[in-house]
This record gives sequence, C-alpha cells and structure tokens, in this order.
Amino acid sequence: MKLTLQEVEHIAQLARLDLTPAEKERYRQQLSAILDYAARLQQLDTTGIAPTASVLPPHSVLRADAAQVGLSTAALLSNAPAVELDQFRVPPVME
Amino acid sequence: MPQLTDLTAHQALAALRQGDISSRELTVACLERIDRLEPALHAFLTRTADLALRQADAADRRLVAHRAGQAEPLPPLLGLPLAVKDVLAVEGVRCTCGSLILENFIPPYTATAVERLLQAGAVIVGKTNTDEFAMGSSTENSAYGTTHNPWNLTHVPGGSSGGSAAAVASRMVPAALGSDTGGSVRQPAAYCGVTGLKPTYGRVSRYGLVAYGSSLDAVGAFGRTAADVTLLFSQMAGVDPRDATSMDIPVPPIALSPDPSLAGMRIGVPKEYFLPGMQPEVEAGVRRAIAQFEALGARVSEVSLPHTEYALPVYYLIAPAEASANLARYDGVRFGVRAPADGLGELYRFSRGAGFGSEVKRRIMLGTYALSAGYYDAYYGQAQKVRTLIKRDFEQAFAQVDAIATPVAPTTAFRIGEHSDDPLAMYLEDVFTLPTNLAGVPGLAFPVGFDAHGLPVGMQLMGPHFREDVLLRLAHAYQQVTDWHTRAPVL
Repeated sequence: MKLTLQEVEHIAQLARLDLTPAEKERYRQQLSAILDYAARLQQLDTTGIAPTASVLPPHSVLRADAAQVGLSTAALLSNAPAVELDQFRVPPVME
Repeated sequence: MPQLTDLTAHQALAALRQGDISSRELTVACLERIDRLEPALHAFLTRTADLALRQADAADRRLVAHRAGQAEPLPPLLGLPLAVKDVLAVEGVRCTCGSLILENFIPPYTATAVERLLQAGAVIVGKTNTDEFAMGSSTENSAYGTTHNPWNLTHVPGGSSGGSAAAVASRMVPAALGSDTGGSVRQPAAYCGVTGLKPTYGRVSRYGLVAYGSSLDAVGAFGRTAADVTLLFSQMAGVDPRDATSMDIPVPPIALSPDPSLAGMRIGVPKEYFLPGMQPEVEAGVRRAIAQFEALGARVSEVSLPHTEYALPVYYLIAPAEASANLARYDGVRFGVRAPADGLGELYRFSRGAGFGSEVKRRIMLGTYALSAGYYDAYYGQAQKVRTLIKRDFEQAFAQVDAIATPVAPTTAFRIGEHSDDPLAMYLEDVFTLPTNLAGVPGLAFPVGFDAHGLPVGMQLMGPHFREDVLLRLAHAYQQVTDWHTRAPVL
C-alpha cells in the first residue's frame, strides 16, 4: 500500500490539519508502512462475524428527564481564546 | 522507622491513624522528594504544593479530632498523598494532556475518579507527565520533555502514564492515577517495577478523563503493592451517572488474605504470548513467577488466544479512528491554543497543525484514513470484526481458567530515543497489553524480577470482566512470598 502525496493532502484536509511539506512526506511513508502492516487483517475470513459494538453487555443508560444544574456560563467560557457577549468569538466563516 | 516516603499507602494510613505522623509531615516529605528528584526524572508537569498542604491540614484536623474521641468515622484515604496523570481533570489545576494545544487549559470541574479519591481524603501533590493525549509507550511524545526511568535515567519509564509510574517507583508518592487505552498503565508499571491496574472497561467512570479511544479507555491506578492498588481501585470503582459506559454492577469489598495459598485457582498460560524474539530475561522472569504461583497451589495449564497476532493491527486502526473523532474538539474555538488566522477554516487547520505533536497528528491522519469513504469497510469495519474474534478468544479461555499470566511487554525499558524514528517498532511494545483493551477485560502488571542491567521485568495477569479481585488476590499472594516489589532504585 503506497499512499500518494495527494491522498495525504486529502486526509489532512478531512482532519483539518495544516501540515508542512516535510510532514506530508514523512506521514506518506509512515502511514504506508502502518497500512501495509494492517493489511494482514484482510487475510482473515470474517464472513458472518458481527463487528464489536461494545465489549459490555447491553445496558440501559436512560435517566429521568429531570433538569439538573450544570456548569455556569462563566465556567464554560473560562478557557475560551476569545469571548464576546457571553459567546465564543471566531473569525468570519464566509470569506 | 523508615523514611516517610518509603511507607506504602497502607503503612502511611496506619501511621496517620495512630498519630505517629501527620498528613502535613508526610505531604511535605513527598513534596521535598519531588523537588529533589524532579531535575533528574521529570515525572511531573504541574506541582500543586499549596493545594496539597491545604488538603493535608484539613486531613490533620479530622485525624486530631478523631483521636480526641469524636465519633465521626474517618474516610479510608484520609491524609494520603497521590499524584494524578495529567489527562484527568482536577478543578482549577492546569491539565495539559502533555500537549501544547492545552498549555493553558484549566478544567472547571473534577474527574469522577479523582473526586472519589478526594472524598476518601486523598491529598493531590501534582499532575504527572504523559505522552501527548496518552498516545505513546515511552512519554517521549510529551510536548514538555520525556520522563526518565528511575532505575536507569537513560531509559524510558514506559508510557503513556510514565510520569505516574516513575513517581511511584522513585517514592515521590505512595500511589498515583493513570489511564490505559492499550497498555498505558501496565507497560510503565512493568518498566518501572511497580504494580499497576487497568480495570474492566466500564468499571471506573471516565468522566473528566480526556478522551483518546472511547471504546478502550480506562482509568487505572499505580502503587508499590497490589494491596495499595486495591485500596485506590475500591474507592474509584462503581457506576457514575456522568459516564454512560460505567456499569451498574456491585463493587464487592476485595479481601486480601495474609495466607498466600492459591489452592483451587486456575491460571492459564497462552503460548501466543511467548514470542521467539522476546528478551530471554523477560521470558525467564515470567516463567519463574508462574512456577511460584504453582508452588502456592494454583493449577497452571496452557490456554490459547489464537487471534493475538491480529490485536496490534486491530488496535492501531480502532484507536486512531476513535482518536481522530475525539480530537476533533480541539479546534481553537472553545478552549486550547488558537493560532492567528483570517478565516474559520484556517483557524481550525493552523491551531491543530501548530498545537498537536507529531504522534498525535500521525494517529489523527491514520484514523481519518481508516474512517474515510472507500476505506471504512476494509480497515475500520474489518478491524471491528476481528475485535469480536479477539474478545471470543478471551471468553473461551476464561471458561477454563480464572486468570491468564503473560509478560507485560517483550522487553524491559528501552533506551530514550531508541524507537523515535520508527513508529511501528514503538507500537510493538504494546503487543501483549492491547488485547485486554480490545476485549474490555482487566489487566494487572507487577514486578517479577530484573534483567542483567538492573531494569525491572513485569508480569501481566488478565481476568474475566469485573474480576479485578482475582488479579489483585493473585498478585497479593505473590507479593507475600517474594520481595521484588520492595526493591527501590538508588537515586
């Protein structure tokens, strides 16, 4: 499995990662090697085997639909890089 | 009386109850030892001396009142200093996850596992070093520098919970918390010669544990003895409404007998865990420990976990896939570092490109690829099916035996820098610890010897779901008749 530079750039775009040209080339080689190694999974016949959804027995996680006190707005905004009017401030979405 | 920092958690708690020592004395002894050894070890990312002394003084007031005859019962860990891996939130204390992207992150809440230990009276002395977002097997991936192995400073302590393992091994603290997604408690425990538990998936709440691989992550504990690990685990375990994967299953008290007899116990040894290329001293140490269990009355038999060789590729598809989704939240908007950018798209890409280190980016790339259109079925889908086969291997083995004994890793602690350029070689260090996370079963690591260079050799015990008690009882029995766990590095 040899990844191309275009494939690496496509994955980086999907993952919203800014990579340097050196990083792209390094990941191209390393991901190709790791995917080669992972290819041994294709040798196994998994016909009729269900994928693991959870390792635990199924259990209900429903709770009563009752209001609970959560963290305050101030606490939730306390780590934000930029805040305005009790909201997260970001640069323009549309350019 | 030995040095205060030589006391195990059990010994320290007994001395605190009797009034032989105060929590402030013990906490100051830990803080001073941390100050003295940190330049060599770098086990901590944040030290919380002020918080610790406040907690210690509060504990001392309760201990004094109790001895004066006040009937109020004392919580089980009252006055005991602990360290916490820097991937677990403690309200008001910086939590970096070993990453630049969280350099200034101050959690506004406390992780449930930590909260339960605080309720039990614990004192928090600091946050320990970790591979970035717990992704690594050496702590070399920390953005804040590597931790050094207390037994040999040119070797890694293991990872990702290497800071906690080194802190316990070097007696900076009697016990510490870690997290284990593919071996991140057990492998550093083995490399540093301490006891470390990865509980069953769903046994300990992950609320406040920064997510890496959500179907694999577990909060675990380090101590110098199985008895001390039992103490922490018993306080942390149990259902939590804030973690929907935590299981509502009773946590019975774990009785550790001073009698080491193991008559009636059945231990399985899987041939797939003894590889031709492994370090001979690791195999010899583990075989010797298995013989010791037999001598204590356990019945030892061979079992097979036939899909073991597939655990590594399964793990390195599933864990990065889950990581790529979990780490999408670090986008420079709500918390973490924000890079200068003209638009929102640039803000995401630049913040993540600058904030994440190379191993984290590698796993995000790998996971994104494994989940992407056209490759999902061949990689992620196939990995989840093979995971089912690995899980079945364990179910079949545990129909025959109570526990499975194996090495923790194929080698003892490797040299710093040895695997830096070869991610696949680094991943191979996890080959014996990954299967338990994939199957969700508990695993325990503890020291069973040393190699010719004085580096610890660890054994792993694995058990059925929710049977941490079996593993802890076995290791406790072993520690009653051996003294590997009492050895301390010279520092």
